[in-house]
Amino acid sequence: MGAQFLFGGVGVVLFVLGLWSFLVHAPLLRKVIALNIMGSGVFHVLIAVAYRGDTAPPDPVPHALVLTGIVVAVSATALALTFGGRLMDMDKDGTDDA
Amino acid sequence: MTKDPGRSGADARNDAAAAARAAERDRDLSLLLAVLLTLIGIALLGIYWLALNEAEGPRLADLALGLVPRTGVDNPVTAVLLNYRAYDTLMELAVLLAALLGIWSLGPAPAGFQRSGRALAAMVSWVVPLLILAAGYMLWVGGYAPGGAFQAGALLGAAGVIVRLAGDPSAGLPGEHAQRALSVLGVLVFALVGLALLWLGDGFLTYPPSLAKWLILLIESAATLAIGVALAAAYVGGRPATAPASTLASGKAGARTEPTGEGN
Amino acid sequence: MTTLLILFDVLLLGTLLALAFAAVLSVEPRRAVMLFIAFGLWLSLVWARMQAPDVALAEAAIGAGLGGALMLAAARRAARVRRSEANGSTMP
Repeated sequence: MGAQFLFGGVGVVLFVLGLWSFLVHAPLLRKVIALNIMGSGVFHVLIAVAYRGDTAPPDPVPHALVLTGIVVAVSATALALTFGGRLMDMDKDGTDDA
Repeated sequence: MTKDPGRSGADARNDAAAAARAAERDRDLSLLLAVLLTLIGIALLGIYWLALNEAEGPRLADLALGLVPRTGVDNPVTAVLLNYRAYDTLMELAVLLAALLGIWSLGPAPAGFQRSGRALAAMVSWVVPLLILAAGYMLWVGGYAPGGAFQAGALLGAAGVIVRLAGDPSAGLPGEHAQRALSVLGVLVFALVGLALLWLGDGFLTYPPSLAKWLILLIESAATLAIGVALAAAYVGGRPATAPASTLASGKAGARTEPTGEGN
Repeated sequence: MTTLLILFDVLLLGTLLALAFAAVLSVEPRRAVMLFIAFGLWLSLVWARMQAPDVALAEAAIGAGLGGALMLAAARRAARVRRSEANGSTMP
C-alpha cells in the first residue's frame, strides 16, 4: 500500500506539473513537452495501480492500456509538431510578403 | 521581445515599462495558477489515498491472468492487447493511421539533413540491419515474454529515423504507393481477420483457441510493419515525394516546398 | 532490507521529479528536449522497477526515443526560422 501510494503520488505530481506548464508557457514545443509529461503522470498512476508488490504478478490490463496510450501520445505529438512547423512556415511567408 | 535599435529613447522606455508590467502580470498569473493547481493536486492525492484504502472489490487481474492459457500466448500483456481488448488495439492502429494522414495532408516533407560522414554511414550500415533483426526478435518474443508488436514497430521506426539522420530524405521508406499500402496494412489485416471470424460465426475478433496463436501472430506482423512505417513517416514529417513522372503534381509540390528549401 | 528498498525507491522517484521539473522549466528548446528524453528514459527505469517491463520497453523506444527525435527536429527547425528572421531584420 505504501509503495503504491508513493509511486501513484509521483504520478499525480507529474500530472499537475505538466498541466501548470501547459497553461503557463506559450511556445508550442514547451506546451508539447508539458502535455507529454502530463500523459506520463497518468500512465504512472495506472502502472502504480497495477503494481501489487514485488512477489505478486501485476495486473496486465492497465499495462496494456498504457502501451496503447504511449503510441497514441506519440502520434498526437507528431501531428502537433507538424502543425506547428507548418504554421511557422506560413508566418514566415506572411512576413516576407508584407 | 527583441529590441530595435532604430527607435527613439522615449518609445523604448515606454515599451520597456509596458513589457515589465506584462511580465509582472504573467508572473502573478502563473503563481496563481501554481497555487490553484497545487490545491487540485492535493485533492487528487487525497482521492487516490481513499481509493487505495477502500475494500478491494472483485479484481479483473485474476480473471485476466487465469484465462491466459486459452488466449494462444503466454505473455499476459500481449493477451490483453490482442485478445481480450483487441478492439482497443484496432482503434489505436486507426488513431496512428489518422495522425499519419493528418501529417501527410499538411504538405510535402521538409528537406532532409546533409549527407552523413563516412563514420556515421558505416555505423548506420551496421545498426540498421541489427535493428530490423531485433524487431523480428521482439515480435516473436512478445508471445511469451516482454515485447510485442509495438516495441518491434518502434524499433523499425527508429531504424527509419537513423537512416534519415544519415542523409536519406525518405528515411529508407519505399515509394508513395507502397507507403500508403503498408501504413493501412495493420488496420486492414486486423479488420479482415475480425470480419472473417464474424462470418465464421465466432463473433468479431473472437479467436478460436486452436487458431488464436497464428491469428495473433499474423495481426502482430502486419501491425509491426504498419507501426514502423507510420512512425518513420511521422518523423519525415510530410507527404512522401511523388515519382518524377507526374509533372503536374511535382510542379505544385515544388511551389509549396519553396519556403522550407530556402531556410535550409 | 525494506528500508534500503524504500530509500532506493525515493531516490528513483526524486530524480524523476527533478528531471521533470528541469524539463518543464528550461527555456532553451534544445535543452528542454534533452531533459525530456532523459526524463522518459528514467521513467522507463522506474516502470521496470514496478514490474512493468513491457511498458518500460515501449516508453524507452517510443516515448523517449521517437518522441524525443521528433521534438529535436522541431527544435532545430524553430531555431533555424528564428535565425533566418534575425538575419532578415538586421539586413535592411
